[in-house]
Amino acid sequence: MAEISVPAMSLVVLVGVSGSGKSTFARKHFKPTQVISSDFCRGLVSDDENDQESTPDAFDVLHYIVGTRLRRGLLTVVDATNVQWEARGKLVELARSHDVLVDAIVLDVPEEVAVARNALRPDRDFGAHVITRQRKDLRRSLSKISRDGFRRVHVLRGGDIDEATIGYEKAWTDRRELTGPFDIIGDVHGCRAELETLLTGLGWELRHDDTGRPVGAEHPEGRTAIFVGDLVDRGPDSPGVLRLVMGMVAEGTALCVSGNHEQKLVRALNGRKVQITHGLERSLEQLAGEPEEFREAARAFMDGLISHYQLDGGKLVVAHAGLKEAYHGRASGRVRSFALYGDTTGETDEYGLPVRYPWAKDYRGLAMVVYGHTPIPEAEWVNNTICVDTGCVFGGKLTALRYPAREVVSVPAERVWYEPTRPLAPVVVRDPGLLDIGDVQGTRYVEIRDGGKVKIREENAAAALEIMSRFAVDPRWLVYLPPTMAPPETSRLDGYLEHPAEAFEEFVRAGVTEVVCEEKHMGSRAVAVLARTPEAAAARFGIADGTCGIVHTRTGRPFFDDPALMGELVARLRGAVTDAGLWEDLGTDWLVLDAELLPWSAKAGGLIREQYAAVGAAARAALPEAVAVLEAAAGRGLDVGDLVDRTRRRFANAARFRDAYARYCWPVSGIAGVRLAPFQILAMEGRAAAGEEPHSWHLSTLARLTSDIITPTRHIFVSLASEESRAAATEWWTALTEAGGEGMVVKPAHPVAGRVQPGVKVRGREYLRIIYGPDYTESLDALRGRFLGRKRSLALREHALGLESLARLAGGEPLWRVHEAVFAVLALESEPVDPRL
Amino acid sequence: MPEYSGWLIADREKSGSVLLTISTTTRPATDLGFLLHKHPDRVQEFGQSFGMARVFYPEATAGRCTAALMLEVDPIRLVRSRGKASPDFSLSQYVNDRPYAASSMLAVALADVFRTARAGHCKARPELAAGPIELEVTVPALPCRGGPELAHQLFEPLGWQVEARALPLDDGFLEWGDSRYVRLVLRGPVRLADALNHLYVMLPVLDDAKHYWIASDEVDKLIRAGQGWLASHPERGRITRRYLGRRRSLTNTAFARLAELGDDVEEDLEPPVEEEATETAEVAETGEAVEARETLEATDATDGAEEPRAQEPRTPLNLLRREAVVAVLAEVGARTVVDLGCGSGQLVGELLKNPEIGKVTGVDVSARALAMAARRLKLDRMPEARRARLHLFQGALTYTDERFAGYDAAVLMEVVEHVDPPRLAALGRVVFGTARPRVVVVTTPNSEYNVRYEFLTGMRHPDHRFEWTRAEFAAWAEGVCQEYGYHATYRPVGDEDPEVGPPTQMGVFSRG
Repeated sequence: MAEISVPAMSLVVLVGVSGSGKSTFARKHFKPTQVISSDFCRGLVSDDENDQESTPDAFDVLHYIVGTRLRRGLLTVVDATNVQWEARGKLVELARSHDVLVDAIVLDVPEEVAVARNALRPDRDFGAHVITRQRKDLRRSLSKISRDGFRRVHVLRGGDIDEATIGYEKAWTDRRELTGPFDIIGDVHGCRAELETLLTGLGWELRHDDTGRPVGAEHPEGRTAIFVGDLVDRGPDSPGVLRLVMGMVAEGTALCVSGNHEQKLVRALNGRKVQITHGLERSLEQLAGEPEEFREAARAFMDGLISHYQLDGGKLVVAHAGLKEAYHGRASGRVRSFALYGDTTGETDEYGLPVRYPWAKDYRGLAMVVYGHTPIPEAEWVNNTICVDTGCVFGGKLTALRYPAREVVSVPAERVWYEPTRPLAPVVVRDPGLLDIGDVQGTRYVEIRDGGKVKIREENAAAALEIMSRFAVDPRWLVYLPPTMAPPETSRLDGYLEHPAEAFEEFVRAGVTEVVCEEKHMGSRAVAVLARTPEAAAARFGIADGTCGIVHTRTGRPFFDDPALMGELVARLRGAVTDAGLWEDLGTDWLVLDAELLPWSAKAGGLIREQYAAVGAAARAALPEAVAVLEAAAGRGLDVGDLVDRTRRRFANAARFRDAYARYCWPVSGIAGVRLAPFQILAMEGRAAAGEEPHSWHLSTLARLTSDIITPTRHIFVSLASEESRAAATEWWTALTEAGGEGMVVKPAHPVAGRVQPGVKVRGREYLRIIYGPDYTESLDALRGRFLGRKRSLALREHALGLESLARLAGGEPLWRVHEAVFAVLALESEPVDPRL
Repeated sequence: MPEYSGWLIADREKSGSVLLTISTTTRPATDLGFLLHKHPDRVQEFGQSFGMARVFYPEATAGRCTAALMLEVDPIRLVRSRGKASPDFSLSQYVNDRPYAASSMLAVALADVFRTARAGHCKARPELAAGPIELEVTVPALPCRGGPELAHQLFEPLGWQVEARALPLDDGFLEWGDSRYVRLVLRGPVRLADALNHLYVMLPVLDDAKHYWIASDEVDKLIRAGQGWLASHPERGRITRRYLGRRRSLTNTAFARLAELGDDVEEDLEPPVEEEATETAEVAETGEAVEARETLEATDATDGAEEPRAQEPRTPLNLLRREAVVAVLAEVGARTVVDLGCGSGQLVGELLKNPEIGKVTGVDVSARALAMAARRLKLDRMPEARRARLHLFQGALTYTDERFAGYDAAVLMEVVEHVDPPRLAALGRVVFGTARPRVVVVTTPNSEYNVRYEFLTGMRHPDHRFEWTRAEFAAWAEGVCQEYGYHATYRPVGDEDPEVGPPTQMGVFSRG
């Protein structure tokens, strides 16, 4: 019984005359979706599977489908006769263009069998001469099919066709089953001593041979080392490095990918003519002093190194010169070339070295890519990729990246072992926070931590793009946008639209036992991003113009357009953090705070005057005169019904309405009079605190800010099981709102998972006049029919996206990843929802 | 009755009270009841689509008789449906002055309730209906965009003695100044039917906002109501324009909502159009952000609505600018052009006329602008060959975009000054660093020239983030050239002033 072995991710081309049983074979061995047949495509474009005239169009469709599947990394089987080399050539070319391997399976059946089978099928009315011709083509093909570019050609005849089974070969690069933890080590270039120091420092235990040379290593915590290649050349002891790494790889404690220097050294050792430059001379010299067996073992080892590894379920890729996403797990000459040499432009720089295209700048993949090849002064993250070649052999340092911790560990070079041709410089010039339109445009699905996805519709993204580009602050500062917040279910209590009881009930139902009620400051929602120093701003946010932070609105606009005012506000806030000693205590030199900026009139002055005050003015002018004419009419004995009373009540409501907005207005000049009321620490170095810490931590930490620009957030914790506790909080809310407060926000005291609202706002009766109009209390029954579902769903989605952006920020993910989530919040905000909720 | 859109009204639970009173002292004053066809001793109700109108008489003596028209409107039940079709989508829909202020709703109610009186028919007192009587009309809260002066200007030519007092916004915040409302009292011997028609037309004109979409039959309504007085009114131009409304062709509700302050901001972003500007019609149709400069010049050129000045009008600056850009593109032999920030597509349209330019692409960050461009360029009716040369898509200059690449020339006409200074580096990178066309043409205001605009305070457009002097523009340009390997030359656009230079400055950047 013949087992046919094909690459797990490849293109399989079936070859055989009509009636040779290709479709039956394909059906037996592959999933229906994996098989694309020319008959099927003919049917798609002509409604007739045997319409030969439609064949060119049918193959266009076939190639398109096959190409799309290969781009997406799916095993694909082509069921067509493929007896002519032109047809096969196109498929081989297609596979190559997607960097996947391609195998052929030839079903070689006698002509009479094929003719007999076709005769049984009424839809195949073409004559036997067609088969004869195909058969002739196939015969001619078989002699030279091996030159078509297939990785392997499997020819099946007779009984083998029925008995064959299919086996799948995993790609050599596929080590996704290895989950680490890993220590990924940069270009060693013969610096054995530094390598030993680095490994020892990382906790590795070296094993030595009789003469004291290190020949293996093991980590007590079971870590695996991965070398990014370029073990050899230039440095003092390439054989020593090889000996150690070969030992580790043999023992299974290390993996190693090929570097371009290994590649060239192998060629030299194989006796090929190569230019003996760039330190190759040293390796050859050093190896010449080694015994023949070692030289041969080293040659075989280096010759067997592969271009890159996919690890940890595909989340990590290691390649010598990096690898763009489309090449991960692929196999082709150009993939290998990219992995070894990078994306060269074909030009050379003033030092005669190849100019490389900065592929990392455009990298948008989810997998972390770790690489070396180009020496730079400091290992630096660029879009979830990191170069760990810090030029040890040139007197720099030898660097390891600890995975998954993303921790960079280095040891300095003992000396300059080799003079660099050009000075070390960062590979990528820092972008001015550049994002690509592809990061935000169109319908998108943003992945969030819990494994879910949030869909962003194209038109919402389009609306957000305009706001983002025209009004928002620099995206490097814009690391978070606050989610919308829903009110609780509508109260049935006489005179109230919203009441704490429903909020408490909601959380009880969600299984929450303790909530915190926080005073809702009536101002404008503000996010404050603060860096301790200009250096911290540059290091964390990439903003190097000397500014140390920003305070922006819920749609990402700066609170003050004047940079001087903004600078002053930020300086005062940073001062408050410094005075409280929070930088030290939290171990961070930057903070993102969620807050309310007061007074309301500071940002919304125009709105208040144009709309609220105007309504008040009109009401105060119209209603007294209306009351007067109605009273006069009633005095004449006319039946004006309850209109007099109603109008009097409206007059009183108008006065209450005026008081409601006036309470939140006070004059400010510059930032004098401006107050910030922070209530949550969103993120800081290494931590997205918003999703991790209980509110007691946030509130008590923030309570340490005592500057006069800070207004504390009053709050009360409620044990939901206790009637007294709930009653006390309700009393607190009543007092707060009757004194003119906006209301409170009720939040689960501890972070909760699942579809639980992160907070609900319970607004006061008087405040709601600003929202629902002066007379809303007259028509509560009508308002009770308000629809909350959309608002609540939106609040959950935006909250998830908010936490996601913070997690990406704190996790050190690239700007575009943070921006994607932030942008998504803005896009969702353009969804139509009753704005009164 | 106009079609209502967006607001659905329930017929219960009205709130607010919009009031208008009409009094006469012409004896016997109670004959007012005959003229209005409403009995002085009854309270009559008239359901309106937006609420309830009532007519009653607070006083009715032989010496003085007053009819009150009171309208109850309920903003809470001006409930929008959950669908997205509603034209307006901001809080202003819920908290607004309509329940208190005399607006187009009152005008509509007035027209409906006093339909016969407005036509001048009165079988019982025909001679009284035909001639002037002593009238006093009081509107306690009248929205009046243009202030009390406008009320004087509009009513005095019609024979009214006008008392218009501006109402303060808030007595507790006197620094906020006056509201847009006036308490209006009109007195005079006027024929009652005329008085009603005056009010019917002037209430929405003063408010400068209508509660319903303006349909084509509005023109007929205006002509009917204005019979006998509108044609000779000195302000007839303004009355007509305002009555018919500045048609906003497209509303972008998502944008309005995101603009935080609702409609107000969007209005702010509209050009500060002078009513008499010759371009107003075009602005109204396209909503294009024409700069204050053009407006000022256009105003200057026409000086008053109806009578163009004898001397030849100057070519508007926006036209000169377009011509200058087109000329440069021809000079450098650009065969493919991308207009970055194309707005409503005027330049794109111009470039399409030149068959030598094989590919014309318009990019704007505003989906609304692109929709306008598509309409202005009549995309759906464009011949295939021309259509094939044109591309329109949304893009932003602060995001790299591979679609920007591969053009001979890129145009940034009056665009950079709309970008926040901290984002200019990103713009430079996107345009000069990654799109890298052979030629980039940039135009921007020359701030030195601003002193030549007599009435200009601040910048030329509220959305300008900065305006550069010639030196500042050159400094930015040199920086870009150095970083990305371009070479810049500068040209004036518009009449060059010996002292302060041209109104617009243009930089032509060439690669290499």
